[in-house]
Amino acid sequence: MPAGFYFGIEVFLNGLMAGVMYSLVALGFVLIFKASGIFNYAQGVMALFAALTLVGLQNGQVPFAHLINAIFGTEVHHFGWHLPVFFAILLTLGVMVLFAFLVEKLILKHLVNQEPIILFMACIGLAYFMEGFGDLMWGSEIKKLDVGIPQGGNFWIEEVTSGLGGDGFYGFYLDTLDIYATVIAALLVISLVLFSQYTKTGRALRAVADDHQAALSVGISLRAIWVIVWTIAGFVALVAGIMWGSKSGVQFSLSLIALKALPVLMLGGFTSIPGAIVGGLIIGVGEKMFEFLIGVPFLGGATENWFAYMLALMFLVFRPQGLFGEKIIERV
Amino acid sequence: MLYREAGVFKTSYAKDQETFPIPFDKAGYFLALIVAFGVIPFLVNDYWANAILLPFLIYAIAAIGLNILTGYCGQVSLGSGGFMAVGAYATYKLMTAFPDLNMIIVILLAGLVTAFVGVLFGLPSLRIKGFYLAVATLAAQFFLVWLFNKIPWFYNYSASGQISAPERVVLGFEVTGANAQPAVIYLFCLCFTVALAWVARNLTRSNTGRKWMAIRDMDIAAEIIGVNPLMAKLSAFAVSSFYIGVAGALLFSVYLGAAEVGEAFGIQKSFLVLFMVIIGGLGSIFGSFAGAAFMVLFPVLLKNVMVGQLGWATDIAAHFEFIIVGALIIIFLIVEPHGLAALWRIAKEKLRLWPFPH
Repeated sequence: MPAGFYFGIEVFLNGLMAGVMYSLVALGFVLIFKASGIFNYAQGVMALFAALTLVGLQNGQVPFAHLINAIFGTEVHHFGWHLPVFFAILLTLGVMVLFAFLVEKLILKHLVNQEPIILFMACIGLAYFMEGFGDLMWGSEIKKLDVGIPQGGNFWIEEVTSGLGGDGFYGFYLDTLDIYATVIAALLVISLVLFSQYTKTGRALRAVADDHQAALSVGISLRAIWVIVWTIAGFVALVAGIMWGSKSGVQFSLSLIALKALPVLMLGGFTSIPGAIVGGLIIGVGEKMFEFLIGVPFLGGATENWFAYMLALMFLVFRPQGLFGEKIIERV
Repeated sequence: MLYREAGVFKTSYAKDQETFPIPFDKAGYFLALIVAFGVIPFLVNDYWANAILLPFLIYAIAAIGLNILTGYCGQVSLGSGGFMAVGAYATYKLMTAFPDLNMIIVILLAGLVTAFVGVLFGLPSLRIKGFYLAVATLAAQFFLVWLFNKIPWFYNYSASGQISAPERVVLGFEVTGANAQPAVIYLFCLCFTVALAWVARNLTRSNTGRKWMAIRDMDIAAEIIGVNPLMAKLSAFAVSSFYIGVAGALLFSVYLGAAEVGEAFGIQKSFLVLFMVIIGGLGSIFGSFAGAAFMVLFPVLLKNVMVGQLGWATDIAAHFEFIIVGALIIIFLIVEPHGLAALWRIAKEKLRLWPFPH
């Protein structure tokens, strides 16, 4: 076997890992879309906000330090403590619960029964708001997030596989962080499935996803369900924020992962959790392989920006509801 | 008292179908035109033209374009930034390839090129609907920006990867380049805006416009009563892209003068134009103007207050701008989901009965 073939496999494996990261974000979208029919564009910004809060709490940053300094002329920056990772994550989770509660209270409650596009726009407004709010609260410089997950190439895999190829091949290069992310994402999905299948709340969630009216009529509180769903989405956003933040630093561009998750959603279907996972894997592998085989040699690279969208577009032309989406039935 | 239909007798079909049946409306419309054409050009200075009037006029064209697609035909598009880039790059290529071509023709041709590209990216709309389509139009956005970044032919192999507009003259006045007078470029853009808005207003109440609205309200039902969805959707994409392309062409050649595609025509532009349409009001030409005015004026106002009056650092002001714009969009949607145009309509209803409300 030539070394090129093994490089191809390496790209394939890395694509799978990247796909898992996309799936993590897409998962949050699907949860909210299923439960409330809202296309939550703010999911990416929620991940950014969660990661910012986590870093800020860990390092004992004073919230709104810049603003306080600008208004009162003081020089406060840090409380001077370092929280353990576990407590910081718990506190961040608390912040996300509060956030979910406020979103329901201040926005969703008032927009019940509006057209989907209005809700979508409200989510874009929310994304803008959160972007400014997060930066104002914790500062806009690039921060390093470290929750104790090791990073860098995995030497064990490299050594074990180095014998496969010829002279030019040194084994597969896989980032340890990506492997962790894969395991954590798998655990997250399994626990979500268990939660929605075997708990009372989970059953209520599925009922709401099926039919709002019917769920209301058997006594399920829509508003409580929405708070729960946004909390879960906040939790998923926190996990995604931790993974992406450890990988590339916590900064504004983190919110753009929402744009990476959209083609995943289209491919997998807006209403399907397995769809988000499979779609993520297809997109991850597809864009890495396309870049490797066609993008870099023939098109000058950087095809990853649009390839996922084109792939999803082509796919949708043949199957308009996505891979696992519910069949769209229209009547006059 | 002043604003009423009473006493307006329509004696011909033409009169019956006027855009402004109420005399007060018609007077206001002509007054606005007289002020815009006859007064403002003599008062305008560099700051007003560049910070407020030009962006307002240009974005109004883009907002009308997107409103035709989203508000009248019901196809949500997030690709406006990409289509504006097509207009800008088509203008650049035409300006450099045919230096003697009249600038007006260049801009209209750039609009036609964009219309063609828009139809291409509109083809999937025949199969894909709703949010799937909205996300699909993002493909246009990212692909087009990538294309203009990666293929050197589009920016004439310039080292910086930027495009910059050469100087061009219309009727003896310079309209592009560094020496163009603010009054001249203001009038140049104003002519485009008024002409295109007039066409759009009449198009949307024509046969074509009614077909678009039928598709928007329910495409299957429209198909059954004999509207051809292929023609209706693609014509909406074509007309909308033409408008957005003209806006992109004006933005690049007259307003910016030089542009880098990722920065000037990124996804933020798409959202900006969509905000204008939503805040102004879906399915309203007046709403497009109101939304554009709001989204152009508001950040300028905020910046003046926060940086100029309170003396805060620009980065804090920028964060606050995000927060306030985001919050305002949400508040707007909660208070009046149908935008400024609906507020205007309500005000007119009230005015009609004033001062005897019963």
